[in-house]
Amino acid sequence: MKLFVKGLKAGIPIGIGYLSVSFTFGIMAISLGFSWWQAVLISAFTLTSAGQLAAIGIMTVPFQYLSMLISQLTINLRYAFMSVSLTQKVSKDFNGIKRWLLGFFMTDEIFAVASSEKTVTPLFFLGLSVMPWLGWTFGTLAGSLMGSILPDLFVASLSIAIYGMFLAIIIPPAKRSRPILAVILVAALLHCALRFLPIFKEIPSGIAISLAAILSALLGAALFPITEGEEAAK
Amino acid sequence: MKDFLIYFLILVASTYLIRTLPFALFKKPIENRFLKSFLFYIPFAVLAAMTVPAVFTATGHIASSLVGLAVGLIFALQGKGLTAVALLASLGALLTEGILLLL
Repeated sequence: MKLFVKGLKAGIPIGIGYLSVSFTFGIMAISLGFSWWQAVLISAFTLTSAGQLAAIGIMTVPFQYLSMLISQLTINLRYAFMSVSLTQKVSKDFNGIKRWLLGFFMTDEIFAVASSEKTVTPLFFLGLSVMPWLGWTFGTLAGSLMGSILPDLFVASLSIAIYGMFLAIIIPPAKRSRPILAVILVAALLHCALRFLPIFKEIPSGIAISLAAILSALLGAALFPITEGEEAAK
Repeated sequence: MKDFLIYFLILVASTYLIRTLPFALFKKPIENRFLKSFLFYIPFAVLAAMTVPAVFTATGHIASSLVGLAVGLIFALQGKGLTAVALLASLGALLTEGILLLL
């Protein structure tokens, strides 16, 4: 129980952060034509920022199922890596069904906090996940219900919040590491090329993001293979 | 949106499995350096591609989007937290929208 409460407390700042970002996700979903309950379902059962954002864009066009699958698998590939990484830190009793249930809560921020612990117990991880999940789900609910009440000015301005969060995740590491900066710049330029060059105009948007990300990460891995030290600094 | 349910199931299943499968099945560390490097760079590459070029038109207006982006970049460079950067970027965009409205 003590471990659960410890996790719960550690999750509060993440929960507050998620509340504001998912609020804008709710607004964006409504503006794309989704119902409030659809937005809330997506948040409650997906718990991703980038993945959901790409998903609602794809869903506005019918029959892009393969696009959806590929975009989710590539955008969320980082979770697979985080999951593998966290298997090295979990306590002995964190096994079997507990991994299948709690693995759902793997997000960038929950992973970041969990992996800063010496050992991660199931109770701590569950506690850590509660506030972020509540924040993400209820923030989406609030955003999708209040988005239509708020003046357009606020709604438009809040739409940039999610990108602010992305910047806050990638910029500080890019400042410390030239290879990370290079990968970020290549991914951004490549995505622009895929979006704006006429020869690529048939490529669906979800796939374009994945292609840009995979190619730039491959380039990074080929040119700047990481050392043990870099991995530890992450 | 007629095919919401199909999309929803693909979305939920793929997101769930990519997290839990490796978590439940992996018992040993990855040794391959290239694979480790690729997985190390993937989060940054994904978020960069998600952000550019979408951020330039995030608010619907280029001017307020650019100001929001600039404000976000400045505070992200200073290492401010996720929530702070997100809200300050919005505030920058909001002020720009407000000023443009008055002009």
